[in-house]
Amino acid sequence: MAENQFFIDSDKLSGEALAHKHLLETDPSSRTNHMEYMEGMERISPEIREKTLAAMEAYDYSKYTARDVRMALAHETCSVEDFKALLSPAAAPFLEQMAQRAKLETSKHFGNTVYLFTPLYIANYCENYCVYCGFNCYNDIHRKKLNAEEIEHEMKVIADSGIEEILMLTGESRAASDVHYIGEACRLARKYFRNVGLEIYPVNSDEYRYLHECGADYVTVFQETYDSDKYETLHLMGHKRVFPYRFEAQERAILGGMRGVGFSALLGLSDFRKDAFASAMHIYYLQRKYPHVEYSLSCPRLRPIINNDRINPLDVHEKELCQILCAYRIFLPYVGITVSSREQKHFRDGIVKIAATKVSAGVSTGIGDHESKYTGKENADAGDEQFEISDGRSFDQMYGDMEQEGLQPVLNDYVYV
Amino acid sequence: MEKDTFALGGKEFSSRFILGSGKYSMELIKAAVENAGAQIITLAVRRTNTKKSESILDYIPEGVTLLPNTSGARDAKEAVRIAHMARELGCGNFVKIEIMKDSKYLLPDNVETVKATEILASEGFVVLPYMYPDLYTARDLVNAGAAAVMPLASPIGSNKGLATKEFIQILIDEIDLPVIVDAGIGRPSQACEAMEMGAAAVMANTAIATAGDIPAMASAFKAAIEAGRSAHLAGLGRVLERGASASDPLTGFLRD
Repeated sequence: MAENQFFIDSDKLSGEALAHKHLLETDPSSRTNHMEYMEGMERISPEIREKTLAAMEAYDYSKYTARDVRMALAHETCSVEDFKALLSPAAAPFLEQMAQRAKLETSKHFGNTVYLFTPLYIANYCENYCVYCGFNCYNDIHRKKLNAEEIEHEMKVIADSGIEEILMLTGESRAASDVHYIGEACRLARKYFRNVGLEIYPVNSDEYRYLHECGADYVTVFQETYDSDKYETLHLMGHKRVFPYRFEAQERAILGGMRGVGFSALLGLSDFRKDAFASAMHIYYLQRKYPHVEYSLSCPRLRPIINNDRINPLDVHEKELCQILCAYRIFLPYVGITVSSREQKHFRDGIVKIAATKVSAGVSTGIGDHESKYTGKENADAGDEQFEISDGRSFDQMYGDMEQEGLQPVLNDYVYV
Repeated sequence: MEKDTFALGGKEFSSRFILGSGKYSMELIKAAVENAGAQIITLAVRRTNTKKSESILDYIPEGVTLLPNTSGARDAKEAVRIAHMARELGCGNFVKIEIMKDSKYLLPDNVETVKATEILASEGFVVLPYMYPDLYTARDLVNAGAAAVMPLASPIGSNKGLATKEFIQILIDEIDLPVIVDAGIGRPSQACEAMEMGAAAVMANTAIATAGDIPAMASAFKAAIEAGRSAHLAGLGRVLERGASASDPLTGFLRD
């Protein structure tokens, strides 16, 4: 497998910072134990994590054949073994059949609806050094944290465009963006939006409960990769380095009373088939333990970041991505599948007719720049972006395009109770 | 001939086809209602909770009774809260209780459904509970003040038809309220069969929403439901159950 060149030095770093950065990159013994919880991190039962990782460990996709794939497609319900076959290289020639089946399952559970939402980044401060991410603490970008007034202004601009579901994001810094700050942002969001989701650093279950009481009901956490050895080499510093605490975030969110939780691996970081398999099994096991919860999956591929345009999704091409999404849909027909603006228009337009049920529109991954992006009014103070997007369609364009594709765009299908 | 109707909450309905409004385009809802001849249409409160102009309410023809459902509720308390929202939204006093604690199969929780029925019926709602076809639960629902019972035919959205046929028949035979067959009806022939069995009405959504030609499928369901109802009234079901009569009677040996 080809490797990405992630390491980039900024000339603005002090000699001391640079030395520390290089030490972390080159000397594994200089890093903390990524399997050890840090102080204050809640521990819950490791059962789901152990089951998921054991299943991933045992998955050998090279042993599946065309016959297994045909059997899987012939079965009325998809077993774990069937899912393994559908994710394997042996299924590549069956992509069209898989898409036909996936479409059928999607229509059974979701009809012809497609949900629209937009992300809102409220801060990009980060305490982690994750080598592939534009927000990493060593990357030289313009940092910004919106105050309440600025958040409300952004929300007004977004709400005026017609969006009713918002996903609020921060960089991962408890110091700069504490739980109370995020909670206040949730309270504001409830004024402007019907449905509020969060994609923030993992927190304890009592903190998730607080955020739920502030108005958030969905929590998404990307595990990035389920391969803990690979994870260790990519997340070199900060609380995100703690693999088990991140893994257990969704379960803590459920314990905190959240209605729905979202999952994902960042495809291209490690063996994508194993990561896709583990993402689905993570849901599979949690669903058996918490059947009332709504589950969703995303499928981001690596994208270039500011100061490093050489980062790419390696061997995960559109066909592989489509195969993963079809396999997800056939194995987990009830889960929501989100396809973000990391993917291009032609791919998103095609995949919503097969497996995806939610797309973002009017996207900015920068901080405080919705007005300039929506109206062209310049804002020199805006914070820099997390990654480059590939589909810049506005809400109106996306709404119209989805209708053109014969789908029913849905802005909200949710009540906060 | 007397008009063939059934009553819910003191209202008479001649159409026995209840149409769901989820999973398809707003413009098609109007056509579907018209072709279905439906007098009752369900809608999810959570789908009406939208600011945009395309609120489902705007697409439903006048004179049609709205049946808001509580989908999204995970227990009785949440169902009651959603029913209250429906009333505030101006959806009237009909409510279909849907309580699901399983996001995979969306099977109804009978225990919580009985609790919610009791509360909402006492508050004056006309309560139509979606339920798993269980005789004891159905009796509890009668006692709780339900206006009808709505047993599922098979898992929602599955289009698999009358998988629970035997149990629905028991409800039809034993429960004095209208039995409205809900969920899983995939074809007009299955809707027809439910009506032949003696169901008061049939509710369908996905089967129509995912059809190639939505208005045409709505018409087909209407015809099938009417045919099934006529067959039930004609006593056809009972004739078939007895089978053909033997040419030499088995009791011919009996003397006076």
